[in-house]
Amino acid sequence: MSFDLSLIVESVPMMLAGIGITLKLLVVSGLLGLMLAICLLLMRISGKWYLNIPAQIYIYIFRGTPILVQIFIIYYGLPQFDAIRESIFWPILREPTGCAILALTLNTGAYVSEILRGGVLGVGKGLMEAGSALGLSSRQKFIYITAPIATRLALPAYSNDVISLLKSTALASTITIADMTGIARTIVADTYAPYEIYMSLAVIYMIFTFGIQKLFGAIERYLGRYTKREG
Amino acid sequence: MSNEPLIQIRDMNKFFGNFQALKNINLEVNRGERIVVCGPSGSGKSTMIRCINRLEEHNDGHIIIDGKELTDQIKDINAVRREVGMVFQSFNLFPHMKIIKNLTMAQQLVRNISKTEARKTAMEYLEKVKIPEQADKYPIQLSGGQQQRVAIARALCMKPEIMLFDEPTSALDPEMINEVLEVMVELANEGMTMICVTHEMGFARSIADRVIFMDAGEIVEEAVPTEFFDNPKNERTKEFLSQILTH
Repeated sequence: MSFDLSLIVESVPMMLAGIGITLKLLVVSGLLGLMLAICLLLMRISGKWYLNIPAQIYIYIFRGTPILVQIFIIYYGLPQFDAIRESIFWPILREPTGCAILALTLNTGAYVSEILRGGVLGVGKGLMEAGSALGLSSRQKFIYITAPIATRLALPAYSNDVISLLKSTALASTITIADMTGIARTIVADTYAPYEIYMSLAVIYMIFTFGIQKLFGAIERYLGRYTKREG
Repeated sequence: MSNEPLIQIRDMNKFFGNFQALKNINLEVNRGERIVVCGPSGSGKSTMIRCINRLEEHNDGHIIIDGKELTDQIKDINAVRREVGMVFQSFNLFPHMKIIKNLTMAQQLVRNISKTEARKTAMEYLEKVKIPEQADKYPIQLSGGQQQRVAIARALCMKPEIMLFDEPTSALDPEMINEVLEVMVELANEGMTMICVTHEMGFARSIADRVIFMDAGEIVEEAVPTEFFDNPKNERTKEFLSQILTH
């Protein structure tokens, strides 16, 4: 088989034009998903069944179904309902980007809340008792003791989820979004050269992932500064 | 200052599920008194002192601290916790905060003391436990003995009326036990009301006003140290003492 280098040279800049959309999907749904995850986490650890159980059901549904199916349900399914089309959310749900961000947010929120819960469970019970003995309220203990330590404990698993989210953004191309993958599919449809194009695309995603790994590595070192004996 | 005992525990019972951890505990501690609690593991000594600041909830009976009864109302719990400092076996310093922050945080959050004032108090107590030079380190950078002294200083920063010690030297290497005991002796000599769960019998003999022996959730014997060590009454006390003193 032949390998067309010039095609790669031509198409990489075209795919990179979609970087903005890929980044937007990643950053916006990453941040919204993190906020959702914190809400779900607080519901899970509230000790109140009427908050805990709905959060558990939510997490079960979104972890239990493929993200592609979730995207299709939101993009193709929801507009069938008049109530949706008349609601204030319609301007968002009418746009494929809005649908993709919504789906990615809802999905990553479910995963990340469990990652954060793992971090919270890793905070020693003794530290909570020390906080109580000093007279700190539950809220103060959470803010000043649990949250900072749980953040450090959850970080390695969280960075994994961010990388996973980056790759999930490629699914947005299935609902007409021109992210990097969407553009690649268009080029392949024109050139019939899937090997060159998709290999280049894979390398671009890998470089992205490398950047995310480095970023989280730096954050981990910063947050872990108190775990080293040498000061 | 009233003549009423600072701590009154009356007819207290505590269950973990079906297991009765504490049986009909009655104890009064006067202001300035120093009590040592000992007994075999699982005898309920830690559970008893943990009930005093509500780290464990008692199931019935009464706990009255400085005239305030401990109920399940958060207001009462906080009022009691403000008067009671606690030192744990495993130190429980906040690992993500420097030593100074460990000492100032609760002062600022619970007592609404200004940062400057809180730091001043913190440094005074670090001087008292003889490690002011460690203020800007993280707990992991200190030895076990130093960490426990910081933990004592942290509790003292809250200006408690009562100090509870839950086996404060049990997790320490032998060469570090004395530096912690010295701080505790100094505190005792200053008139702090103290309840110490400990197996340091030398410490008990020299500073305790009373030694309490617990077994199977009950207070079995209660006596002044000389009486307790030289002339124990109860069979279980005798057996316990023979086991820990013969080696």
